Amino acid sequence: MKQLMTGNEAMAEAAIQAGCRFYFGYPITPQNEFTAYMARRMPEVGGTFIQSESEIAAINMVMGAAATGQRAMTSSSSPGISLKQEGISYLAGDQLPAVIVNVVRGGPGLGNIGPSQCDYFQATKGGGHGDYHCIVLAPSTVQEGTELVQDAFDLADKYRNPVILLSDGRLGQMMEPVDFKPRKSANLPPKDYILEGKKGRSRRIICSLFLSEPVLEEWNKKIQAKLAKIVEAEVRYEAKMVEDADVILVAYGTCARNSKEAMRELRSRGRKVGVFRPITPWPFPYDALGKAVRKAKAALVVEMSAGQMIEDVNLAVKDARPVHFYGRMGGLVPSASEIVQQVEKIFTQKM
Amino acid sequence: MSQNKMPYIDIVVDRCKGCELCVSVCPKKCIELDANSVNVKGVNPAKYVGGCIACGSCVLVCPDVCIELYKEEKAKKSA
Amino acid sequence: MQTTKSHPKSLFPVSTHYCGGCGHGIVHKLIAETLDELGVQDSTIAVAPVGCAVLLYNYIDVDCIEAAHGRAPATATGIKRSRPDCIVFTYQGDGDLAAIGTAEIIHAANRGENFTTIFVNNAIYGMTGGQMAPTTLVGQKTETTPSGRTVKNEGYPIRVCEMINTLEAPYYIERVSINTPAKIRKAKKAILKAFTYQKEGRGFTFVEVVSTCPTNWGLTPPDAMKWSADNMEPVFPLGLFRDKGAEKEQTESGEKK
Repeated sequence: MKQLMTGNEAMAEAAIQAGCRFYFGYPITPQNEFTAYMARRMPEVGGTFIQSESEIAAINMVMGAAATGQRAMTSSSSPGISLKQEGISYLAGDQLPAVIVNVVRGGPGLGNIGPSQCDYFQATKGGGHGDYHCIVLAPSTVQEGTELVQDAFDLADKYRNPVILLSDGRLGQMMEPVDFKPRKSANLPPKDYILEGKKGRSRRIICSLFLSEPVLEEWNKKIQAKLAKIVEAEVRYEAKMVEDADVILVAYGTCARNSKEAMRELRSRGRKVGVFRPITPWPFPYDALGKAVRKAKAALVVEMSAGQMIEDVNLAVKDARPVHFYGRMGGLVPSASEIVQQVEKIFTQKM
Repeated sequence: MSQNKMPYIDIVVDRCKGCELCVSVCPKKCIELDANSVNVKGVNPAKYVGGCIACGSCVLVCPDVCIELYKEEKAKKSA
Repeated sequence: MQTTKSHPKSLFPVSTHYCGGCGHGIVHKLIAETLDELGVQDSTIAVAPVGCAVLLYNYIDVDCIEAAHGRAPATATGIKRSRPDCIVFTYQGDGDLAAIGTAEIIHAANRGENFTTIFVNNAIYGMTGGQMAPTTLVGQKTETTPSGRTVKNEGYPIRVCEMINTLEAPYYIERVSINTPAKIRKAKKAILKAFTYQKEGRGFTFVEVVSTCPTNWGLTPPDAMKWSADNMEPVFPLGLFRDKGAEKEQTESGEKK
């Protein structure tokens, strides 16, 4: 049954439906509705809600809950996600599952509360210290947000890895119809690493400290092997009308919505335009994107940033075709008409 | 000889947010919200309606520093 | 006719973004009057918090830096150590100081840094829409305690003056309120004393101001003042916690006898 919900609340409900019973968070705009929803909802399902003293405390509370076998999560926005980076590195080093929602806002520093995509580097290239990656999922509608949140918990458990749900201030605040469809339960490995009291078996440790260098290297190799499996199996993207396209718009999240609208307008003018939408900024769909752009004449990357995903697009395309960029910063969103203008420029300048 | 000038207050109407703190603290009920006027903020601003005893409570309490109190300086007694 | 109070020089004569009846306007005014009376407007550096008072620099006419959430005492430490002749103050709400910033205020106070902290306590998070604060009262309903704060889940409100009073270094600690004109006069005296002590290089000075948040409490400003007096003051008792200056005077006058 469809209901109208704001992005923040819908994704919070999705987490509850995925079996998340531990939420730790701290107020920060534009994701406060997520925290407030969890404050109301967790007691209803017998879960635990704590408004922590800071974002750092919250991520460390997630670590505690995850280490003891729970589906645990936190949500925040850009400055708060910066604070969580040490904790996320620990989660990755400990190989613990967790879901972290970033409702991205304008930055850097305090920035503002408008939507943005300026945390792409932070989410996909590390953010915290050490060799690791978070799986990164980027929805572009509220409905997709609810599905990806539930996927996030499954992926986190499947791979024992933190997962970042990359939302933004617009997606978090907008209201769209949502249908919480019943899901097939995922085939997940048993949680044989969790702490629950020795209970007669030999004790377990959860740690990321390995003083012997060769031992730490082995641990890192394990993590890298796991990441390689994720790269093999978990790439997701959406490609609309790219087969015959001359120009491919490459965008994710909110920018993908406006890019699709621009595509429809341009197609009505006879311009052959397609949209390639990465759904997993990590693992990034290099192969599929490279192939698609090589079939076309040029790409236009659209982001709410100074240009971050474009670096991955360039890696995918490897100079085979011109890759253009259009971006807005400061909490502004590239409108469909702005995107149309940029594409027309590309056509008139012959790519 | 000094004339007997009564104290009064002056209100910067455009900064008033109509919070009524001044109204609530005045011991002589000298201030009301002006129901016949709407300021640039879209609220009925505070208005002085007479009877000030120069206690200064309204000046202390106004968060927007809208109120100035005017009173006669006491003549200093000569030695 | 003389005016008894003209607009403080250190306060821009502008409209603020604060809600009508918000305590911040009163506290800003008292600080500005203090800076005027001490003649230090031109040598003051303010450290603004994250919270409703983030835009403090648009109202108090002094050099100002925006600190990260909770970190103002650390930033103020850097500033005062670098420019000891400047008057430095942090202005923080209950989230900024008593939640994310607990470490920073404790350690700056513990080091006896020669700056002043004005802590505005209104038992709620204002800017972000009314979530629980560390100083929220037991039973108080907020966005994140929809059924009221419980001791079991959220613990008790934190009394910051009492906590800081356990440290050796702080020079002056007082808790005041602005919920009646008489208390506003007392608050002004406390703030003036705090800044005067800083000017005299005496050490860390701290004034907690029990204030209001009419919007997120769901009360009219006059009712919020009353709520603050009736409900907050029993939990956060007003009064002097420490004044090393007064103690010193007492000892000296005692010795003279």
